[in-house]
Amino acid sequence: MARRASETPTRTWNEVRPQRRSAIPEGLWLRCQACGKMVYRRHLEANLNVCPECDFHHRISAAERIGQLADTDSFQEMFGNLSAADPLQFKDLKAYSDRLLAEQIKTGAKDAIKAGRMFIKGREAMVCCLDLTFMMGSMGSVVGETITRAIEEATRTGLPLVIVSCSGGARMQESGLSLMQMAKTSAALARYDQAGGLFISVLTDPTTGGVTASFAMLGDVIFAEPNALIGFAGPRVIQQTIRQELPEGFQRSEFLRKSGLVDRVIHRSQLRNEIARIIDYSGK
Amino acid sequence: MSAYYQLDFEKPLVELDRQIEALETQLKNEQPAAAGDPGSHVAKLTADIASLRARHASELKAIYAKLTPWQTVRVARHPQRPQTRDYVAMICRDFTELHGDRRFGDDPAMVTGFARIGPLKVMVVGHQKGKETSEKIACHFGCAHPEGYRKALAKMKLAAKYGVPIVTLVDTPGAYPGLGAEQRGQAEAIAVNMLEMSRLAVPIVSIVIGEGGSGGALGIAVADRVAMLSNSWYSVISPEGCAAILWKEANEQTNSAAAKSLKLTASDNLALGIVDDVIPEPPGGAHRDARSTAMNLQAWIVQQIQRLRTVPANDLLERRYERFRKMGVYIEQAEPAASA
Ligand SMILES: [Zn+2]
Repeated sequence: MARRASETPTRTWNEVRPQRRSAIPEGLWLRCQACGKMVYRRHLEANLNVCPECDFHHRISAAERIGQLADTDSFQEMFGNLSAADPLQFKDLKAYSDRLLAEQIKTGAKDAIKAGRMFIKGREAMVCCLDLTFMMGSMGSVVGETITRAIEEATRTGLPLVIVSCSGGARMQESGLSLMQMAKTSAALARYDQAGGLFISVLTDPTTGGVTASFAMLGDVIFAEPNALIGFAGPRVIQQTIRQELPEGFQRSEFLRKSGLVDRVIHRSQLRNEIARIIDYSGK
Repeated sequence: MSAYYQLDFEKPLVELDRQIEALETQLKNEQPAAAGDPGSHVAKLTADIASLRARHASELKAIYAKLTPWQTVRVARHPQRPQTRDYVAMICRDFTELHGDRRFGDDPAMVTGFARIGPLKVMVVGHQKGKETSEKIACHFGCAHPEGYRKALAKMKLAAKYGVPIVTLVDTPGAYPGLGAEQRGQAEAIAVNMLEMSRLAVPIVSIVIGEGGSGGALGIAVADRVAMLSNSWYSVISPEGCAAILWKEANEQTNSAAAKSLKLTASDNLALGIVDDVIPEPPGGAHRDARSTAMNLQAWIVQQIQRLRTVPANDLLERRYERFRKMGVYIEQAEPAASA
């Protein structure tokens, strides 16, 4: 269910990862791959990685997302002690254990998620952010377990829950166990729902496969960032199946809003405000 | 036997099939003349046929005893393999089919209805791939649309309302990837099914009868007990899909490697704790003896539901939650002492 990164046509910066950025000498200026204009890095960062020229929402890591959402110094990480175990001893052209190690070194993270409590404009919430820079944000046992623990913690404490998704889908290297994370997270959300919890699901570019087909589409309120690719199947799989060109804008946030699948398309600069507003309406 | 669609690894049987058939034809021609001539050519022919048949049976058993995962996938997709409607015809009485999701349409790739199985009243929900070309096309080869998943949920809720246990038969390469499916919320439909199935207060049992392809399979398989027929497969992605992504190309060799890596067979899934039981098929696969497969299936369903019916609803839901809650394998380091 996880799709290849190259399959998602979304344009992005060459240097998404902070580690690599600093290694680039001419890194003061970046070329936006959406509009082709040169942008001053500090402008871009101040603009939440949205291109000041063309408003394109570029992909950001979980750490950057948390930095953007949380009130200053309010984030307290939780469940950061989980890491993948390669239960199937999976091997394709490369062993999963080697892949994991390489991704951990590359990103400095244990897996494709960060979770914890934070305050968003003074409202406390349980927040999970998936991380595309780690194996395309794919969901294996660690992501599934972290999300489930966060949901259960939110159920126990009565906190609102915010999950910011970006993922290629379920992680193939854990096969059936990855698949089961879909049922596990959905079942946990059923209990949170029964307890009257508020779950705000934020879909960002790209959210596909088993992540979309589980917790990401189960929000009480569903937000999407502009022009994010959101779908069950990847565009190329659909194209191969139906053997015709996909319509312009298909599987993009605005298409999903028109189709009745998301509540609001939200500019990144408004995300904190909008989350706070929904929390207020819910009385949580 | 020669009427069977041939799988390449069954080739050693083809020559035996041919020989048996030739001798049977001879025997037919001999019979009238030989009637008054006991102990003769006819008896020899009959004995030869019997020994060929015995060899055929033992070869078949030997081949199926050591199927590779990729060969198992091929058996699971055998065009003559029994499908949901076949099992319904063999094990259900008074099948009362119920149609439609009340929202968009009636997906023929999802079959739903009340039925009696043995002493039980149940709701049957299952993927249907289709047999004839027209039915296959209508069913999108077992790839259900959102309306199929919503139909399944609507009927399961109906069953739960009246305390009727639910039996789901999983047989899909995956949920349909298409324009309409995406526009109507394929992902949302599957997600909602999983959420709601986790809290339906009646016993639910699921059996993967052929292909258990990813979310499309799990969308009707959040159950108290899950089993697989011995030659079915269940995984997060098809071997071809996995090969195309991780091996950069899907061909016989990479499909086979992917099938092995994905641990998708019934015994693999049993070892991983993803399924609770494996229901045996006769040697040579369910398509060679649909009826005995159906009897095994029925016996499992009846036994499981009778057990589950004795469990109070609260415990049932608690156990179902725990069944999925414990899935996943990861390393947990001791939390460092909280500093903040
Ligand atoms: Zn731009």
